[in-house]
Amino acid sequence: MSSSPSSAILQIRDLHVSFPVRGFRKEPIRVIRGVSLDIAPGETVGLVGESGSGKTTIGRAVLGLAPVTSGSITFQGKDLGQMSPRERRRSAKDIQAVFQDPYSSLNPAMTIEDILSEPLQGVDRRQGREKVRSLLESVNLPGNAGQRLAREFSGGQRQRIAIARALALSPKLIICDEPTSALDLSTQARVLDLFLEIQERTGVAYLFITHDLAVVRRMSHRIAVLFHGAVAEIGTARQISEQPEHPYTQRLLMAAPVANPLEQERRRAERRRLLDLQDQQIEQGGGNKDMWVA
Amino acid sequence: MSVENLTTPAAAVAAEEASTDKKSVLRLILKTPVGLASSIVLLAIVIFGASAPWLAPFDPGFTDLAQTNAPPFSGSFPLGGDASGRDILSRLMFATGSTLIAACVVLVVSLLLGASAGLVAGYYGGWFDSVASWVADVILALPGFALLIALYAVIGPNILVAMAVFGVLIAPSYFRLVRALVVNVRNELYVDAAKVSGLSDFRIISRHVLRAVRAPIIIQSSFVLGAGIGIQAGLEFLGLGDPTRPSWGGMLREAFNNIYLAGINVLWPALLVTVTILVFALLGNSIRDGLHAAGSRSHTLKAQALHQIQRDYTSSTPAPSRDAVTTAAQGGGADPHLSITDLVIGYPSSATTITEVVRGVNLDVQRGEIHGLVGESGSGKSQTAFSVLGILPKQALVLRGQVLYHGKNLLTDPGLQKSLLGKKIGYIPQEPMSNLDPTFTIGKQLVYGLRAVKDISRQQAKADLLKLLARVGINDPERTFNSYPHQISGGMAQRVLIAGAIAGDPEFIIADEPTTALDVTVQAEVLELLRELQRERQIGMILVTHNLGVVADICDRVSVMQHGRIVESNSAAELFASPQHEYTRMLLGATLDGSTLRDPLTSSPAQGA
Repeated sequence: MSSSPSSAILQIRDLHVSFPVRGFRKEPIRVIRGVSLDIAPGETVGLVGESGSGKTTIGRAVLGLAPVTSGSITFQGKDLGQMSPRERRRSAKDIQAVFQDPYSSLNPAMTIEDILSEPLQGVDRRQGREKVRSLLESVNLPGNAGQRLAREFSGGQRQRIAIARALALSPKLIICDEPTSALDLSTQARVLDLFLEIQERTGVAYLFITHDLAVVRRMSHRIAVLFHGAVAEIGTARQISEQPEHPYTQRLLMAAPVANPLEQERRRAERRRLLDLQDQQIEQGGGNKDMWVA
Repeated sequence: MSVENLTTPAAAVAAEEASTDKKSVLRLILKTPVGLASSIVLLAIVIFGASAPWLAPFDPGFTDLAQTNAPPFSGSFPLGGDASGRDILSRLMFATGSTLIAACVVLVVSLLLGASAGLVAGYYGGWFDSVASWVADVILALPGFALLIALYAVIGPNILVAMAVFGVLIAPSYFRLVRALVVNVRNELYVDAAKVSGLSDFRIISRHVLRAVRAPIIIQSSFVLGAGIGIQAGLEFLGLGDPTRPSWGGMLREAFNNIYLAGINVLWPALLVTVTILVFALLGNSIRDGLHAAGSRSHTLKAQALHQIQRDYTSSTPAPSRDAVTTAAQGGGADPHLSITDLVIGYPSSATTITEVVRGVNLDVQRGEIHGLVGESGSGKSQTAFSVLGILPKQALVLRGQVLYHGKNLLTDPGLQKSLLGKKIGYIPQEPMSNLDPTFTIGKQLVYGLRAVKDISRQQAKADLLKLLARVGINDPERTFNSYPHQISGGMAQRVLIAGAIAGDPEFIIADEPTTALDVTVQAEVLELLRELQRERQIGMILVTHNLGVVADICDRVSVMQHGRIVESNSAAELFASPQHEYTRMLLGATLDGSTLRDPLTSSPAQGA
């Protein structure tokens, strides 16, 4: 598999993230408890988990927006944790992000041109305008949209603009944090296709964070399932969606409803059976309990 | 006037309306009549003061004893002379100039100190934030006016220094305002995005943060200028100003001492002080109101236009079979439990026009049937559901149509609608947490709600509710009953709300995206619960959702909405098996259920790093 250290572009090793709790001598909350993960160039690794599993925190730690308590994050052979803020900003060129909420991730009072040329420092105005035009076209928006304000665009269009901003510096890795969960179904499908097309064209790697199994299956080469701040299971998209081993992955897969009443009825019965089976296993052997209580 | 007064709630409210351009702030001021008038008056006062060295007819110290206490328009002094025979008009002009300069000193000192400290404290937090907040609190606790009077003993009559000190005393009002704003902006995703783009802190602050705090600072400055002038006049009136130079407060004091000889002389300085302070206050208010109006997009119809529109809608005969698919497919039972016919809902889009969001919806729900109302955002599905509950927003206009509950029109009988809510019709909202009051325990809220619709004792209500909480799958009902909303999870909260919705034994439930805020595993359990309850109690249900998986899981019938119309309605099995309308097919095509899996990359990726 492509996770051998030499070929990985991003390596996360035994990552721990804790947040302090207000109050005298209160234990900090341990959000991430020892996560290790590799991403190869041009690869999409899906990070799936439910609310509170810590999936967003991992992405923010890679971006330098969340504190790393222990462990290391290595990007292209360099430890991000050891970098000075200035070096870190320089490396920002290669790691970009698309955030969940396209309404708050674009400054509503700025024009699209200002937003898109923001990362391009030291580029003169005419070159900048040219670049903005080509960026907009690369996400299938009209090239002359630059003069309009972000708030004039719909959710799907805004997310395209956010993707264009992430592409402005030709990064090698994009952290996608629930990029389509605020979008309508039909818009979501088109935005996901755009992500795939960009990857094919530029060879960028994605860390694709989402709670939606259908989305992660569509996008990912490999999938990591996060449960209570630790990786419950990691494998190829096929392994995870066809032969999940961890009981939590199994539960997660069976819980997502499909848009087909007959198929859904079958899955519902199967889910019931699975839950009963897992209950029995928990009652019988204590061993499995560790998988539930992290 | 105390320093504390200046941290006005008004400024704080305006502060929320962040991020507006400088240009548009100016335009906002000039657009309102009050703003325009006060700007003109302020400009006149500034010119009056600034032109003193050139246009003042006399030197402020020039004395003509013949004009002592002369009334206005009588001699060579236009506004008459004061007790020492000096020209009042000239002295007023010079006083205005020095007053405005002193007010600017207050502004500059407090702005530089307060806003910059607030910026740093808000953006970086940490120890500076703690120290600066503490210092601000201490300064706010000082008795400002008394301190300034004490200062006189140390520095003597120097109004500029006194005003600079006042600037320091008033700086915490900027500090608090700016800090709170910056903390908000710092947590915005677009600031995170700027950090990710590699922008330095300096650039982030100047591009994103300052933009958001600019308008509130302008408003606050207007109030600070007014306060500075008030305090200054007060000090001078008490005799703590420089006696060798004319000032409003000083002139007022002299005229006051002389009030029995030349009462009219009190008028001029008093008028200037009052008008100037008033103008600054009005200016601040008009900016705030302008920003507020720019922020809210709602319109109200003129009464006449409203009548006209309502007449147009009621007179035009409703097309009985607006779309044939709907009506044909609806023909289930003869007497539907709930029936919506030709419902049209609109919102004012200007003073004379409306925009329709629901455009002639027909919908029948049979007894015990779960009817899915599915569509994308803006399709009007929630508006349709809300019309049954009578909880449409205030601006909404039901322009035509009926909502028949067992044949009775709820829209024409709000009393009936109200009497049905909670008893016959229950409601399960989308956001479980925001529908629970954080200040009361869950038990209190549920008991209150239940006793509002059922005539039972508190103990009986509690006993019933504990049974219901157990029924909706809450393991420790007693504990949940005594918990506050923040102590339970989102899934639990939704179960609590479902328990609340069925407590009054309703026959019908409106569920608005009941599982959208929940994790998939919790969603599966909540859907399971809804299905069981529906079977047990034969409850009819309208389930509003955008999730086709949820529809396939639980709904008997489905209506697909697009642009305010139902484009297709059918039994769930039929609709998924053979969708008729193009839009339905597009929606089903957009689901990712059947999409192909991507194979893992080979160990040597084609595109090397």
